[in-house]
Amino acid sequence: MLTLKALTKRYKTGDLALDSVDLEVARGQVVALIGPSGAGKSTMIRCINRLVEPSSGDVELDGEVITRLGAGGLRRARRRMGMIFQEYALVERLSVMENVLSGRLGYVGFWQSWFRRFPGTDIAEAYRLLQRVGLEDHYDKRADELSGGQRQRVGIARALIQDPALLLVDEPTASLDPKTSRQIMRLICELCAERELAAIINIHDVALAQLFVGRIVGLKSGRIVYDGPPDGLTPEVLTTIYGEEDWTLAKPGLSGGDTGGGSGEDERVAGAL
Amino acid sequence: MPVTGEKGWQRRTTPVQLAVWFGWLLGVALFVWCWQTISAATTWFFVTDSPRVIADIGGRMFPPAWSYLDKLWQPMWDTINIATLGTLMAMFMAVPVAFMAARNTTPNAYVIRPLALLIIVSSRSINSLIWALLLVAIMGPGVLAGIFAISLRSIGFIAKLLYEAIEEIDHTQVEAIETTGAGRAQVMAWGIVPQIMPAFAGIMVFRWDINIRESTVLGLVGAGGIGLQLQSSLNVLAWPQVTVILVLIIATVLFSEWVSARVRHAII
Repeated sequence: MLTLKALTKRYKTGDLALDSVDLEVARGQVVALIGPSGAGKSTMIRCINRLVEPSSGDVELDGEVITRLGAGGLRRARRRMGMIFQEYALVERLSVMENVLSGRLGYVGFWQSWFRRFPGTDIAEAYRLLQRVGLEDHYDKRADELSGGQRQRVGIARALIQDPALLLVDEPTASLDPKTSRQIMRLICELCAERELAAIINIHDVALAQLFVGRIVGLKSGRIVYDGPPDGLTPEVLTTIYGEEDWTLAKPGLSGGDTGGGSGEDERVAGAL
Repeated sequence: MPVTGEKGWQRRTTPVQLAVWFGWLLGVALFVWCWQTISAATTWFFVTDSPRVIADIGGRMFPPAWSYLDKLWQPMWDTINIATLGTLMAMFMAVPVAFMAARNTTPNAYVIRPLALLIIVSSRSINSLIWALLLVAIMGPGVLAGIFAISLRSIGFIAKLLYEAIEEIDHTQVEAIETTGAGRAQVMAWGIVPQIMPAFAGIMVFRWDINIRESTVLGLVGAGGIGLQLQSSLNVLAWPQVTVILVLIIATVLFSEWVSARVRHAII
């Protein structure tokens, strides 16, 4: 469904952030993208919806070549790619409901959105999604009144109301505590399964990725150095991705591959990671 | 004196110390010379006489002619209207200029942005009293010239502060709106406008407050408002009336500061 062909990004400073990356993601497949800081994880996600303009190579979504679209075509294509951000990126001074409805901006006209006259079906869907992410009582609050976990849930609802085929998720848990991180990761993965959504999740926390995601892609200096199941992340592989370190210390959490729900409290927390 | 064998320390080396002393000497000499020049150019009779004149005018200013207030309500109302309408008019012109001047929203950084900055600078560098002089000559004396003078002066002020606020917004919120497939105008309305609203409201009441004060003097050059009354009273040396006018101006300015403080408090 999503295909990256020789995707390359060289910044004006000369840094090669992505070096001819090829990747294929099937419908409904969730991929965790791991790698050290500066490996190009964020750049890769942002090149897919062209928040960052790739230098060369192609991005294809359902047969449409995103990288060759004009401004109008890109806007239409972006409606099918929901994005979730590390710092939530909610519009802080708007209400929760407005933030969720902003996911429909690609479908409504300017004046309609200016006067907040969204179609009834959109509003009904917004309520359904807020209930699904557990915020049905908070729709009238301002976004800056919410806690980190709650904000990320609003971010998820905003991405889903776009009715996307693909979710681009940039470090969804990096600003959250360990328990909330797990809840958010579980929610994202459940929603992807419910709606047959493909997702690429950028994540620092290897143990968390192994716990919830079936396919791991390791990125190092802009190249893919690992692509396989969570169990395949042996200390040798982790050394290839991140560099030399005593990975056996993290072993208790790393042997995981447990993608089941669990009650949160009794799930293992990885030692060193 | 440092003990032998141990390193001493002083803030400056001896030549530098001498240079500093010499610099001070030059400064004091210059001050004395200036003092003498100004003193020679002053008619000391008037200066020594001033306490008596102050006492004289002060005596004539009391008691204030309170009955004159009846003739002041209308000009005061004009003054407030000049300030309010001028501020509103400036708002409509300043907002587009601000968006054109901000680096992150300008349509073109090489032609339109410098143009917008030029508008801001020229509006800011000319005092509203001078705008009023020009406009009275162009469109004749009256309230309308005052309104235009106030708004022309305010455009630069509002646009400058607003474009700085636009440049300081959080870009990820804008990116988030862009990724939903929103159009350019929607990105501005949903990603940028909510972020600058508090700054915008604060700037507007602040400028309105300043404009109340500026519009009280516009009448001096014929642009309407209470300044007209002030000038005519001064011309006929009607000191008790001048007192009433000054008291009214102070009361109005206090009132406008109170309003703007309340509004700003309510927003932030």
